[in-house]
Amino acid sequence: MTMETWLIFSAALFCIGLVGALTRRNAIIVLISIELMLNAANLNFIVFWRHGVNAEAAAGVMTVIFSIGIAAAEAAVGLALVIAVYRHFKTVNLDKIDSMKG
Amino acid sequence: MSPAIHNLWLIPTLPLLAAGALALAPRGNRLAAKALSIGSLAASLLLSLQAFLASLRLQGDHGVAREFVNFVWLRFGAGEAGALKLGFVLDPLTAVMLVMVTFVGLLIFIFSVGYMDHDDNFKQFFCFLSLFAAAMLGLIISNSLLLLFICWELVGVASYLLIGFWFHKPEAAAAAKKAFITTRIGDMGFLLGMVWLYAETGTLLFYDGGAGCLEQGAIAALVAKSAVGGIAVSTCIALLIFCGAVGKSGQLPLHVWLPDAMEGPTPVSALIHAATMVAAGVFLVARMFPVFAAVPPGAEGGAGALTIVTWVGATTAVFAALIAVAQNDIKRILAYSTVSQLGYMMLGLGVGGVAVGMFHLIMHAFFKALLFLGAGSVIHGCHEEQDIRKMGGLAKPMRQTFIVYAMGTLCLTGCIPTIGFWSKDEILLNALHGHTDSLIALLPFLMGLFGAVLTAFYMFRQIFYVFYGEYRGDQDHPPHESSPVMVWPLWALFASLAFFTVPGPFVWKWFGGFVDGHQHEVPLGLMFLAGGLSVGAFILGAWFAWKLYGKELPQEADAPDALETRCPETFKLLGARFLVDELYEASVIKANAWCARMADILDRKVWNGVTQFVTQVALMFAWLVRLFDEYVINLGFDCGCRRIEDGGRAAVKPQTGQIQSYLRLIGVALIVGVLLLTWGCSGS
Amino acid sequence: MIMDAPFLIAASLTLLSAIAAISLRNLVHCALCLALTFIGLATLYLQLGAQFVGLTQIVVNVGAVAIVIVFAILLTRSGDSSDEPRFNKGAVWGFLIGGGVFGALGAAINASSISLKAAAVEPSLTVKQIGQELMGRYVLPLEAIGLLLTAALIGAVIVAMRETPREGGRK
Repeated sequence: MTMETWLIFSAALFCIGLVGALTRRNAIIVLISIELMLNAANLNFIVFWRHGVNAEAAAGVMTVIFSIGIAAAEAAVGLALVIAVYRHFKTVNLDKIDSMKG
Repeated sequence: MSPAIHNLWLIPTLPLLAAGALALAPRGNRLAAKALSIGSLAASLLLSLQAFLASLRLQGDHGVAREFVNFVWLRFGAGEAGALKLGFVLDPLTAVMLVMVTFVGLLIFIFSVGYMDHDDNFKQFFCFLSLFAAAMLGLIISNSLLLLFICWELVGVASYLLIGFWFHKPEAAAAAKKAFITTRIGDMGFLLGMVWLYAETGTLLFYDGGAGCLEQGAIAALVAKSAVGGIAVSTCIALLIFCGAVGKSGQLPLHVWLPDAMEGPTPVSALIHAATMVAAGVFLVARMFPVFAAVPPGAEGGAGALTIVTWVGATTAVFAALIAVAQNDIKRILAYSTVSQLGYMMLGLGVGGVAVGMFHLIMHAFFKALLFLGAGSVIHGCHEEQDIRKMGGLAKPMRQTFIVYAMGTLCLTGCIPTIGFWSKDEILLNALHGHTDSLIALLPFLMGLFGAVLTAFYMFRQIFYVFYGEYRGDQDHPPHESSPVMVWPLWALFASLAFFTVPGPFVWKWFGGFVDGHQHEVPLGLMFLAGGLSVGAFILGAWFAWKLYGKELPQEADAPDALETRCPETFKLLGARFLVDELYEASVIKANAWCARMADILDRKVWNGVTQFVTQVALMFAWLVRLFDEYVINLGFDCGCRRIEDGGRAAVKPQTGQIQSYLRLIGVALIVGVLLLTWGCSGS
Repeated sequence: MIMDAPFLIAASLTLLSAIAAISLRNLVHCALCLALTFIGLATLYLQLGAQFVGLTQIVVNVGAVAIVIVFAILLTRSGDSSDEPRFNKGAVWGFLIGGGVFGALGAAINASSISLKAAAVEPSLTVKQIGQELMGRYVLPLEAIGLLLTAALIGAVIVAMRETPREGGRK
């Protein structure tokens, strides 16, 4: 198991998330995609920790722990926003939400 | 400083306040009109008497006692030079004029109460009269040529209002206009003279403790300087100011307005156009006498402005007397007589100095006011009839009027020993004294003498026409004596004339000393010569009148005039007043009308055309500018705007408001960033 | 390059469920697939020797985040909008950009010099050690993240709270 394999894998996961965020109409799917991208990044931290030279420092693991905490906060706020947007626009279709259009 | 000088300003102010109050009073308020105007003028009379007494007390052994109060009226610069001062002066000239104007004025005011009794505009009449009195008194006491000029014009305004008082009569309105415009022609010269005087001396105050324009320093400077043709500046200024006097005092050639002014009510004629206002011109010359008398050193006595004054006066005296011979309107005869007598005053000023002219002025004011008021009484008694041919035999029904009228006539004609004789004799005497060297120099005297003959002639003609024979007017309405309120002033004037007549020559002796500050010394022989000739002239004139009119009294109103039957051509010419009015009509007025028409044509055709052309050019230019604006500037501006708008529209396109389109951009940026970091950095 | 079976199974499970999570029409299915993806990732963490992280992943992401998403789906009631297309207008660009990013990242990984093999000895990181680290060196970030979570949750409640009806009009 080379480190490159892990990195390619996490890049693939990230890109799946990116494609989801770019293409889907539904705001909730976009949120799911963002979760995917975040997790891909977390995986990278663990990979670098595992293959790094100073594993005892546990910096990668700590970062991921904090990152998961932040992801939880992000998910909560994001979903609250989706609910608020839905209440206001009566939809979560991102194509129809363009009141900031110039 | 006497208290009188400090009260001097009150004299014109009281009638002025009365005039102002009357102007605001309700229309039908007759009692207030009477009480206010007569009361204020009576108060002025008392103050004038106080001033007169103060002036008498001041009189020393030699020279003229003079007091003045000056004050700054307008300040247009710093210091003494930047202040325009006005002031009041009290000297014998002022004092005698004040007493005369207030006394005669008061009597005429009282007379007016009766005369204007039936008039609807009673209140207005007294308002105007008070205004006139205020202006005239202001004119007399002013110590500044400017203040004098202001009052002078106010007097003119009051005169205009009073002549045109019966403005519903077209003749009255025209006469008012004529009087105003004619006097204005003279005032133009007055104004120019005043401006010149101010330019030369820097002051318009008469007396200012050595700095006034009538005092030694200023006069010397004026004399020393010469204007065009070697004439001294003082002479030029004097002549310009004399223009004003000519206009106001009805001297040739501006006399035409005065007879027409008789369209006004008779008290007005008496007050303004016989006693006071017309005398203002004479007074002006008397006041400005130092300027008139100033002669450059070395020049002969005949070089000054006084020569002109003399000749104008003498000519007017004869000219107006000639016209008076052939008039039939009782007031017109008196009007021409006034013009003639004003000529005598000018003559007196020219040959004898201030006292001679002023003495005749004062005395004339009394007896001419008496005559006019008498004429008013006659007119009133004959039911507003003014034509002497339709009168006659009035001596019986109007006995009181007849007596006072006869007294006035004797004074005017210079019958010895009335005061009129002494005042006229003094003029003739001075015209004779010192002028016997050549015929030209003597001519004014001879003209004056001839004028005296004519005066006696036309006055007795009038007397015979009016008071003798049978009444030729409407037999159903016989003449009647006027009401006491009209007769009493006549008697008061009669009494004052009698008061002057009794001491006779001593009045003149005192007056000459008082006004001029020195006694007039004339050889006794010359005095008797002049007096004899004067008496002769009176007898000659009276005799002619008796021969023509007294012996065979005219029986019918339309009977031809006795003089007319003898020399009709002359009578016709005189009756037409030497055609002066027609001459003016044909020359000045026609030329003026022609000028006006030319100006009108010039205005309509030439200036209007030019204006139109300029307008068109401007319009065309504006049109061009508009085109340029619309098609060049606007186009460029619009183009720029459109470009900017396009830019804005292009810039707004990426702002779709859709989150994913932004996200896409971020994705692209990520690709580019990664590629750059990987190869861009390692490559370098 | 021979890959060990556990990795292949877990990796393929993760990728497939991730693709499913972003492409399925039914949102509830999507959420479930997301949970599956999280579980796959957790196993991969275990394989990498980060047991604590793997368990945290299961507890937090699978147990909390996925459930919150399901709640959101239910609350917005947009689960069965089958008549609308799934992808938006610029979807092609999205796919291209996603592919581009993957290409760029792959190229960058290939070009980089990191081709380290996994360390022979698995790093032993006990929960005790992690706890000591958290209470020692990382105590400040820990406090910060606690504060952040509290604030975020309060904020989420406020944002999602039903708007008070104004002027008694709208519900």
